[in-house]
Amino acid sequence: MNSDTLTDALSRLYPADRILRKPGELAPYESDALTALRRRPLAVVIPQTQNEVIETVRLCHRYETPFVARGSGTSLSGGSLPVPDGIVIALNRLNRIIRLDPQERIAIVEPGVVNLDISRAAAPYDLHYAPDPSSQQICTIGGNVAFNSGGAHCLKYGMTSNHILSIKAVLPDGEVVQLGSESAEGVGPDLPGLFVGSEGLFGIALEIAVRLLPRPQKYHTLLAAYRTLEAAGDAVTRVVASGLLPGALEIMDRLAIQAAEAAVHPNYPQGAEAVLIVELEGEPEEVAEETRRLDEVIRASGAYEVRVAQNAADRLRIWKGRKSAFSAVGRLSSDYIVQDGVVPRGRLGEALAEIRRLSGQYGLRVANVFHAGDGNLHPLILYDGRAAGALERAEKLAGEILQLCIRYGGSITGEHGVGMEKRDYLPRMYGEADMDMMWKLRCAVDPRQIANRGKMFPGGEVSSPFSTGMHPLERAGVISRE
Amino acid sequence: MSTVVPASFDEVQAAVRAVRAAHAGARLLPRGGGSKPALSAPRVGEEVLDLSALAGVVEYNPGEYTFTALAGTRIVEVRALLAAQGQYLPFDPPLAERGATLGGTVAAGLSGAGRYRFGGVRDFILGVRLVDGSGELVRGGGKVVKNAAGFDIPKLMVGSLGQFGVLVELTFKVFPASVAHTTVRRRYAAQDAALTALGNVYTARLDIDSLDLLPGSDGSATVAVRLGGLPDALPARAEHVRGLLEGGDILTGADESSGWQSAAEFAWVPAGWIVTKVPLTPRRIPALEAAAGSLQTVRRYSSGGNVAWLAMPPERNSGAAGEEKGSAVQELDRILAGLELSGLVVFGPPELSRSRLRIGWRSGQAFEQRVKAVFDPAGRLPSY
Ligand SMILES: Cc1cc2nc3c(=O)[nH]c(=O)nc-3n(C[C@H](O)[C@H](O)[C@H](O)COP(=O)(O)OP(=O)(O)OC[C@H]3O[C@@H](n4cnc5c(N)ncnc54)[C@H](O)[C@@H]3O)c2cc1C
Repeated sequence: MNSDTLTDALSRLYPADRILRKPGELAPYESDALTALRRRPLAVVIPQTQNEVIETVRLCHRYETPFVARGSGTSLSGGSLPVPDGIVIALNRLNRIIRLDPQERIAIVEPGVVNLDISRAAAPYDLHYAPDPSSQQICTIGGNVAFNSGGAHCLKYGMTSNHILSIKAVLPDGEVVQLGSESAEGVGPDLPGLFVGSEGLFGIALEIAVRLLPRPQKYHTLLAAYRTLEAAGDAVTRVVASGLLPGALEIMDRLAIQAAEAAVHPNYPQGAEAVLIVELEGEPEEVAEETRRLDEVIRASGAYEVRVAQNAADRLRIWKGRKSAFSAVGRLSSDYIVQDGVVPRGRLGEALAEIRRLSGQYGLRVANVFHAGDGNLHPLILYDGRAAGALERAEKLAGEILQLCIRYGGSITGEHGVGMEKRDYLPRMYGEADMDMMWKLRCAVDPRQIANRGKMFPGGEVSSPFSTGMHPLERAGVISRE
Repeated sequence: MSTVVPASFDEVQAAVRAVRAAHAGARLLPRGGGSKPALSAPRVGEEVLDLSALAGVVEYNPGEYTFTALAGTRIVEVRALLAAQGQYLPFDPPLAERGATLGGTVAAGLSGAGRYRFGGVRDFILGVRLVDGSGELVRGGGKVVKNAAGFDIPKLMVGSLGQFGVLVELTFKVFPASVAHTTVRRRYAAQDAALTALGNVYTARLDIDSLDLLPGSDGSATVAVRLGGLPDALPARAEHVRGLLEGGDILTGADESSGWQSAAEFAWVPAGWIVTKVPLTPRRIPALEAAAGSLQTVRRYSSGGNVAWLAMPPERNSGAAGEEKGSAVQELDRILAGLELSGLVVFGPPELSRSRLRIGWRSGQAFEQRVKAVFDPAGRLPSY
């Protein structure tokens, strides 16, 4: 085994307090938010400079030892799960905002910068970094880049990828490349576009240029309550058909509402089978005109109660219920699986009916919270982890939901990534030639397959169960998920 | 030089596979509408694969904000189809009237002035089917507006200039179109003042469709700001913009659209001139302005200063004896490299070799070469 020599070399690179090898020290890194899986790495290194990262990758390449980049470890698909006997490169200390240029509306950041910290730094200039995963107080921009993460406000301005201008990366064989430039336009193939969403398989992002947007002047946030889930789904169709383009369009079903009420008391309308949240944003004059249109659409949609946020506090209350829904479900059931499939918007109703049928068939409760505007479902499958066979049944149900998304012409993941969790499903979404091409790309960029080995592509060790239960930080109330 | 006009994916695959068989060293050059002649004119040893017969919208679901079409489909056709449903292509593809196709637009990586609002072609492409250099038909991305499964192959195709494969089918995201538009335009006697105004609009909390800067030949410059939205809100919104510009004319109706139409079709470029796309940031405009002075260029800065369109006569001293055709490109290449800017020649004389179309600074080459080796190991497709 070469591993002793690799750790020797790493020990020369890092002072003792930044290379972890003792079981107790490794424990916090053995898992991510897919808590059902744990793997013990050979070592965890904590670089403080880009050069240390580059040197680490070069050593891993030389010793043919797999490495996994890690941001905050909030991946829901097992993306940052260590490879057994591999190296974890923890990037949280690589967290400098190198430059924030309000005139150019860009920020150059290191990968360990926390998503929300970019918007915080930009706020004095009335700018913000738009993608808003609900883990944004803790997840890193490096993790966001790896997964092309989304959020509730991605309908209008897009996902992470739409906001990344350039990436300096170290490829898995140690070569350092600059992809893209600080301009929103480019010449030649869109290489940053390919790097975003590559789930850590193309190496490590060292420096990322992100685009900042002016903060909207005005929000109009509305919550409409419906007697059936279908009626809420129809309302989405009507909003879309009206020619409006809201910043967010979200639905929660009864079980999710109940959970949210119990947890954060958003005081949603009584007796709702579903609530729809619509948010318009932009210049006040335009929002005022759009509001008039939206009112008509919602009035005609059969909502039995409509509430409009009158001020920032109202708005936050509406969003609190929505954004905490997942963690709130943890109060109904300590064990659950969250899925992230996408269906064409027009088939949302059918998909939800099918999920309800499956829920009955499996005897497992399913709460639904979703980005309705994008057709991005987030079914939460509740089960009792202590009951024999319950986890297996829940996993089977989750698998059926993924199959359903594929059958309807959608996707197995809208924003959480394939990772460990869904790698067996990727070949069901793509054909053999498509998978082959992606695999060849992977091998061309990483001939020794050391970067995040075993993720995204099927094979290797026995595939994983799904994401279960709450992230420890969720349990502590630090973050919540969508 | 022969031209192949495939009518099916099979025929595209057969054409790709036939390349090496026919004559060693030959390369296949996919061509859509030929609206970007510097890119689509065949050079010595290249055989044209004309995709104009592979046209038509396969699927359009207004309620999904998506459509799928064959790559040879003309932008004008798509535009009309979408407009009938109150929707549009937010990346505002240029050269539509000159016959631009979806495939050519993606391969060239070109977006128009309207891309300022919601993003460029890279931000609206969702899925792709292509025939790679081995003749394999492969698919990347999907048909829904959100999809994080697998590598983002559709984005990789943006700006790929046919070097990774022949695009045969594309899926895009679309948005509801603005009901009405207004443009505010102001001319500044000094360019500095125009740049300050551009910066003010760039950072304002407004929703701007297009933001262009047009330098005049006399040191002046004009800033044009386009707003789109519901008609009743536009007058007040236009006043905010006038405030930022410290004045300016408000245009509506045909007067309003004609300027943007001219920009989209490059109607402002004298016939026979070379046009180069140069991505940059607003802060770099003065440096490019100073450097480009040695060439007889006409410039237009678009998307808030994220792209410059440089037009210039093909010879440095037009018509001077002994000047090589396209020599101006060499000069521009040198200038751009010095400024660490890159360029893509979109219009230019066919004498210009393919290797001179991407000029100036280049990034990510090592990565690009690895990708090229996967998609086109035998070198049947063009290289840049
Ligand atoms: C409560 C909760 C709520 C969530 N809500 C959302 C949501 O709304 N939307 C959403 O999209 N996701 C959401 N997520 C998922 C998760 O937060 C995102 O996937 C996030 O981007 C992960 O960031 P991280 O820093 O924790 O990355 P990690 O989990 O540490 O890593 C994720 C992946 O990125 C790779 N990686 C990390 N850094 C780099 C780098 N510098 N270069 C290359 N690869 C790198 C890792 O190898 C791994 O594959 C949620 C998760 C939780 C626990």
